[in-house]
Amino acid sequence: MDIFLQQVFNGLTLGSIYALVALGYTMVYGILGLINFAHGEVVMIGALTALAAANALLALGLPVPLVLLLALLAAALVCMALGFTIERVAYRPLRNAPRLAPLITAIGVSIVLQQLAMLIWGRRYHSVPQLLPSGSHTIFGAQVTEVQMIIMATAALTMLALTQLVNRTRLGRAMRATSESPSIAALMGVDANRIIALTFVIGSGLAALAGVMVSANYGITHYHMGFLLGLKAFTAAVLGGIGNLAGAMVGGVLLGVIEALGAGYIGDLTGGVFGSNYQDVFAFFVLIVVLIFRPSGLMGEKVSERA
Amino acid sequence: MSVLLEATKIGKHFGGVQALKDVSLTINTGEIYGLIGPNGAGKTTFFNVLTGLYPKDGGTVTFDGAPLPLGSPHAVTRAGIARTFQNIRLFANMTALENVMVGRHARAKVGVGGAVMRHRRAREEEAAIRRRAEELLHYVGIADRGGQLARHLAYGDQRRLEIARALATEPRLLALDEPAAGMNATETSELKTLIEGIRADGVTVLLIEHDVKLVMGLCDRVAVLDYGEKIAEDVPDAVKRDPKVIEAYLGA
Repeated sequence: MDIFLQQVFNGLTLGSIYALVALGYTMVYGILGLINFAHGEVVMIGALTALAAANALLALGLPVPLVLLLALLAAALVCMALGFTIERVAYRPLRNAPRLAPLITAIGVSIVLQQLAMLIWGRRYHSVPQLLPSGSHTIFGAQVTEVQMIIMATAALTMLALTQLVNRTRLGRAMRATSESPSIAALMGVDANRIIALTFVIGSGLAALAGVMVSANYGITHYHMGFLLGLKAFTAAVLGGIGNLAGAMVGGVLLGVIEALGAGYIGDLTGGVFGSNYQDVFAFFVLIVVLIFRPSGLMGEKVSERA
Repeated sequence: MSVLLEATKIGKHFGGVQALKDVSLTINTGEIYGLIGPNGAGKTTFFNVLTGLYPKDGGTVTFDGAPLPLGSPHAVTRAGIARTFQNIRLFANMTALENVMVGRHARAKVGVGGAVMRHRRAREEEAAIRRRAEELLHYVGIADRGGQLARHLAYGDQRRLEIARALATEPRLLALDEPAAGMNATETSELKTLIEGIRADGVTVLLIEHDVKLVMGLCDRVAVLDYGEKIAEDVPDAVKRDPKVIEAYLGA
């Protein structure tokens, strides 16, 4: 029972991060029908930017909470500018091209960002300074660190804010209208280009936050971290029903929990044949099973909350 | 009577098909102007050119004394032309109220970014948008449907909602593409009352319609298109007696 709860908490933490990244995939897909494979690399850039900023600011002797805030801000600004630029340079010129063209471009952008990060930050793993409180608490026999609690709470608040933005503001209405029908939205005076750019900017801001969370959770970061994380988050978005905001959140959290439980029990389940290093296989296996029975994802039919 | 819209020698072809051939027509401020013709005569194409959805091949459109910026649908909307569609094109997964609120976008003064920050002016504008949208739902007679998703509305209500959304952009010319299609007699007569009310409130109406009885009973003047050409333009009684119109469209 202790192990079960422990893995659930670990999974919820991981899942919160997946959910934030999955939102970026699903928002862009909802509005453009494009899978932005470069999104995982934006997360990586966010993590490394925050690290660089944090190290520089700590060297100046600033207080830790201020360093955390400024590092997060720096990461968010860099990622938002990056998201804006990627859309403007790589995707907008291909808006009316066959769907395969922007997909290939996305993979290209992803490689460019990875190589760029390698040139700037090198190939090595960087350890992340401890900016969040390092305590931990026992909840029903499971050890939950304060870092994990902060990650879960921040992710939950961010997702709540995003939901409010999409459902309650004029920007959100414009986003939903554009995602349903760009030409009719334009006829109503919605500037589709601006809405699409803002969608990328918002998604990239979430990616920056997720990047900081990942590095805070694991304590290390490197230029290659975006690939698998991006793939997992994309999986989460598909699991929940791509294009659906609530789906991305549910899919992300679910995938995190499944993965953590898989890691915890896969050894027992398979009589020791597979170890916890097969947790990724477990996650993708679940995805395949879900897609066989619900090809449009868990919440794929409830398209009313698309954004 | 002043001229609101003057289209001169509008041409449009799709590949080798000449969909519109030098179509010229003049719509006066305050009138209900009908555009009829057999299927494929070019009525909807004319609408699409007029609202900037299709680029035209030739001709000019003057609206309210100035050239109409046909480059973008957005600019046409801002200039004061709104339309509905033959095949209803609502935002199906948004509520009726939200559909109309999107229609207010063209007239909003605070940018979408500012609207997120929710400072006082933005909040006031958002409240005004909501109020106006509610009024418009009431105006077209579906005030009690505001919270429902557009795709869950009855067909006739969807048509009304599309009119409310178009009116939300504060048009001076409302272009209705077959608004009575698929409606029963009661609904059609209610629609007639609604269109007359819209005109009485100062909006000029351009109406494409297959229901000849509705057109003849409602319109001040009627133009007839056939194979992309205008073959008649006159008051309904004169159009009805025009031999060319009878041959092409009305039948003996």
